[in-house]
Amino acid sequence: MNNWQNFTKGFFKENPTFVLLLGMCPTLGVTTSAINGLGMGLATAFVLVLSNLAISLVANSIPDKIRIPGFIVIIAAFVTVVDMCMAAYLPSLHESLGLFIPLIVVNCIVLGRAESFASKNKAIPSMLDGLGIGLGFTMALTLLGCIREVLGSGKLFNITLYSENYGMIVFVLAPGAFIALGYLIAFINRIRKTN
Amino acid sequence: MEYIFIFIAAVFVNNIVLAQFLGICPFLGVSKSVPTALGMTGAVTFVMILATLVTFIVQKTILDPFEIGFMQTIVFILIIAALVQMVEIILKKVSPSLYQALGVFLPLITTNCAVLGVAIMVIQKNYNLLESVVFAASTAIGFGLALTIFAGIREQLELTSIPKGMKGTPIALVTAGLLALAFMGFSGIVK
Repeated sequence: MNNWQNFTKGFFKENPTFVLLLGMCPTLGVTTSAINGLGMGLATAFVLVLSNLAISLVANSIPDKIRIPGFIVIIAAFVTVVDMCMAAYLPSLHESLGLFIPLIVVNCIVLGRAESFASKNKAIPSMLDGLGIGLGFTMALTLLGCIREVLGSGKLFNITLYSENYGMIVFVLAPGAFIALGYLIAFINRIRKTN
Repeated sequence: MEYIFIFIAAVFVNNIVLAQFLGICPFLGVSKSVPTALGMTGAVTFVMILATLVTFIVQKTILDPFEIGFMQTIVFILIIAALVQMVEIILKKVSPSLYQALGVFLPLITTNCAVLGVAIMVIQKNYNLLESVVFAASTAIGFGLALTIFAGIREQLELTSIPKGMKGTPIALVTAGLLALAFMGFSGIVK
């Protein structure tokens, strides 16, 4: 598989949210608005690229038995970096994402890529794989964030499209997340079948 | 009285799965039948209480005095991973029958974000030790309640005819949405 395929497979063919159904907690938890979805997606993508790079470089020198704890420590280090940078430069986004930033550590996508791709491949393909999967995740989160924000509060990226009074508030609350994602996955399955 | 408030808030009002979106993976993954759901609940309850207890003590006796709070994420996840391993080994030795029942679910729990989530939440909410343990136990019960109800619904769902495109994950998510809507009825009981 060449580098271009490593990069692009995350967008559609192996999209982590819609096809592999990984990382559901942040997908449902933070997508109350498009901005939050975008921020969370980019934070995860950043961790994915760097952890994939680091793991592909050191994977051979980690004994097989403590492989998983080793990967988790590397991932947790990068998550801490993201957490502290975001708290310093984007405090309002950090506030609204809250608990979900430290929880990137237990996001199955990151550990999944480390185990199934980065530990077996060289540095450059691993980074491209991380970037592709990360951007695919960002795309999915932003899309779901857009849908929930438009239906729920009549805004898109904080620009008012129609009066908030006509918005269906349930889409901003918890139940709307499940229902919107359910229909979105059904829709994407349909597109994938026809292709 | 305070503890009853924490209990009701964690089980019904701020249900960990349906209101806070933590632990969705096991919620969707192991909710095909009621017995497996109960097994998972048992394992999660056990690990969650133990993990919260240990991480709380580590936070108060090591991280706070030495002012290395930024190490929280790394330290907590390592403690949880080690704890799960230890529980698995001890359980295998001490009670093989319990190990048979919970064993399959134990490795899955390391990546259950609800466990790490509760450990961090307890510190953020500034609870004391007893409050933390009550909170962890109630959260685990809330998780079990949501999981068991959902498993029951999914067992019935197998018998109904569902539009082709909605089969599998989509219908499960919409069902979870309706369940979350029902749980919203509890909001406002406790702040």
